[in-house]
Amino acid sequence: MSLLSTFDVGTTGLVAQSLRLNLIASNVANAETAVSADGQPYKSRHVVFQAEARAGRVGQGVKVDRIVESDAAPRLEYRPGHPLANAQGYVTMPNINPAEQMVDMVSASRAYQFNIEMMNTTKQLLLKTLDLGK
Amino acid sequence: MNTVPRFDPLTFGEAALKLRTLRHEVLSSNMVNADTPNFKARDIDFKSVLAERLNGTSVSNAGVLSRTHSGHIAPLSTAQSPPQMYRVGVQPSKDGNTVDPDIERGHFVKNAFFTEAALNFLGSTLRTRMSAITGQPS
Repeated sequence: MSLLSTFDVGTTGLVAQSLRLNLIASNVANAETAVSADGQPYKSRHVVFQAEARAGRVGQGVKVDRIVESDAAPRLEYRPGHPLANAQGYVTMPNINPAEQMVDMVSASRAYQFNIEMMNTTKQLLLKTLDLGK
Repeated sequence: MNTVPRFDPLTFGEAALKLRTLRHEVLSSNMVNADTPNFKARDIDFKSVLAERLNGTSVSNAGVLSRTHSGHIAPLSTAQSPPQMYRVGVQPSKDGNTVDPDIERGHFVKNAFFTEAALNFLGSTLRTRMSAITGQPS
């Protein structure tokens, strides 16, 4: 039944987009984290999506293939009094661009909403199917 | 002029509904993959697949790989799943994705509407038959 299977497709979308939102939250929260768990400045993280074929079904879901760390250059901030400052007085800060994160967040939340809307439509069609012949 | 329908409304309704829900799944798959790199938007040719299913012909098998050896991998398209075609992107993204969310949404909403129409037609056919069997107006 294709309608029921659409729920599975929608669910994969919700899971993938919420992971993306989670990473964006992590990036924004750590925008000022000069030292992360590995002793280095925190690096911006992004998800890479991949289509997920399902046996015997036409619709493909989506899954998070991997999480990549951005290799953009870190931001240097001039803070001579900071304990982590180098000889020139610069502190290496994470390579996070707040504007970029905001745009990504809007995109992710829109995609999440689309998925919900899609599942709602599917639900209405399924309920209508239950009433068939009544 | 021949006004007798070529197909029984139940047969037609069932085929149309099955295909509509299948397309529903294909379109939803496009939408969840709107941010997947290198994903190509797909769709099925509703008219030709429906005609094929009703007439029992296999026009669309032309492009499907045939298996001439037991070691060949079965193609994804089988009799159950009609051949999927790729949509021509209006403004494809740099990451190779050709899903345009607006176009997909348009098709999705339209398809949902027609699915509902198919359900209504099928429902009224069933009610008519039921009232013919029971002799009571439904």
